[in-house]
Amino acid sequence: MDGHNAGLLAFAAAAAVVPFLLPNDYYLTVLIVSGLYTILAVGLNLLMGYAGQASLGHAAFYGLSAYTTGILTGTHGWPVWAGIAAGLALSTAVAYLIAVPTLKLRGNYLAMGTLGFGIIVYIVFNEATELTGGPSGLTGIPKLNVAGKVFSSDREYYYVVWGAAILLFLLAQNLVRSRMGRALRAIHTSETAASVLGVDTQRYKIFVFVLSAFYAAVGGALYAHYVTFVSPSTFSFGTSVLLVTMVVLGGMASLWGAVLGALFLTFLPEWLRAIENFDILVYGAILIACMMFLPGGLAEGAERLWGAAASLLRRAGAAGRPAGGGSAG
Amino acid sequence: MSGQAHKEMYFHGDGISLRFGGVTALSGVGFHVRRNSLQAIIGPNGAGKTSLFNVITGFYRMDEGEIHLDGSRISGLAPHVVSRHGIVRTFQNLEIFTNMTVLENVLTGSHLLAGYGPLDFFLRTRRFFREERELRERAEGCLDFVGLSAHRDLPAGQLPFGSQRLLEIARALAAEPRVLLLDEPAAGLNMKETSALGGLIRRIVDRGITVVMVEHDMDLVMRISDRVLVLNYGEVIAGGTPAEVQKDPAVVAAYLGEE
Repeated sequence: MDGHNAGLLAFAAAAAVVPFLLPNDYYLTVLIVSGLYTILAVGLNLLMGYAGQASLGHAAFYGLSAYTTGILTGTHGWPVWAGIAAGLALSTAVAYLIAVPTLKLRGNYLAMGTLGFGIIVYIVFNEATELTGGPSGLTGIPKLNVAGKVFSSDREYYYVVWGAAILLFLLAQNLVRSRMGRALRAIHTSETAASVLGVDTQRYKIFVFVLSAFYAAVGGALYAHYVTFVSPSTFSFGTSVLLVTMVVLGGMASLWGAVLGALFLTFLPEWLRAIENFDILVYGAILIACMMFLPGGLAEGAERLWGAAASLLRRAGAAGRPAGGGSAG
Repeated sequence: MSGQAHKEMYFHGDGISLRFGGVTALSGVGFHVRRNSLQAIIGPNGAGKTSLFNVITGFYRMDEGEIHLDGSRISGLAPHVVSRHGIVRTFQNLEIFTNMTVLENVLTGSHLLAGYGPLDFFLRTRRFFREERELRERAEGCLDFVGLSAHRDLPAGQLPFGSQRLLEIARALAAEPRVLLLDEPAAGLNMKETSALGGLIRRIVDRGITVVMVEHDMDLVMRISDRVLVLNYGEVIAGGTPAEVQKDPAVVAAYLGEE
């Protein structure tokens, strides 16, 4: 095991004890939602942060999976596992069909293409009323159950969501630290140089696009069977933008950044509720401040903090105990 | 086929023409590069040297002509397929992966030399670890070869310009090419660096790699090349050993203007 896995293990251990330290169950809900966003942001960071390909339509894959399993299990009585499998399959299949033509576009055009796709899917959720329930949403989705075990309490669901998030994080980390991860980062800076070295850039871009859609689809399926209700607004353009913000604010090409971004941007609005009416102003100000002072994202901030703490500890250790508490200079 | 003829026919292009609308960038260009030799391509600005590289590596689709390497046709293939045939190039305007360390850049060069797939890296199979270890050893060898070992963990963008040129060469070598195309490797280097580069390029040839080099530095070209091809206005105007080419009246006219 190397340092990277040790970090993840420590994180998993912390995540396992957190539910026992919470003052109330309300925070559990927020943590479940941030776990879902972590899955989405980690997947999107593979596409955006590593491969450098923008997607402004990721909420569509999130929603397609949620609606697919919601309709199949809620309306048609499929078992939950089959609904989820169908949701993942449909979402990734659509992602592949979209990726093939769209990834021939670059930069702003790719952003526009994915944006258009996201809006079309959103309109379908709203207008295909017989299937989706339209703007008022789709109700009656069963809770997650596996082999007869129903995950009905928030505490149980917390472990399901964060277990999935940590597993998917591990897979993403394994991808990043492989020849494929290097090829994706190469595509980010120079597709020309990457192709000279034998990287089939188009194929790799399609792969990572579909993979990140798969991550979004896992998030969508887990969302549907947690809330047991889906409506179009959850999968709007605003959600796609929120996901991009999580990736950028957390730190491009940093998987931990994606986790930090997802946690921070899920908790921030909750904290800001106390100052209602001003919350949106403060929210904006905090985002601007982050981007001004932490261009590398929250991951960079955490790294700097860690470095400062480590050097402080070292200095404290070097000062030695006999001399007593040294001054903070 | 006799040994000598085979050697002559190792890497060759015939009748290559490339047009952009009404502009002819290359017109019936042919070249023959012997295995394990250093072929320079020179010519005034706009002669079509880099266009020829772009045609060879598949970035431009030529209008006429064919290119063969060791008996197999490589013209008309996509860039990433051309590199699978063992042709790798560097760039006049560096294309370093600035979002990676020096070592990671070189590791990326060996992309095709590992065969492990998604299952291997997702599940961290034995094959993954074995091949990654091999890539790392090869990459460190290449960095050592160009003299950049000490900087291997530095972000590549922080290297000075001259070292970035060397890094591009190390990255290309990590692909274990049969043919290495160097696009103006001495551009932007000082005299000392250029001199060291000349030695390095000769050592690359000594490793058994065929090198084709576009270069403006005539001292360097004449000192290290085995053969020189001269282009002007998209046509071959001369070819031969450095001594032959220097005496060729057509070459003198192209560079100095006719009397």
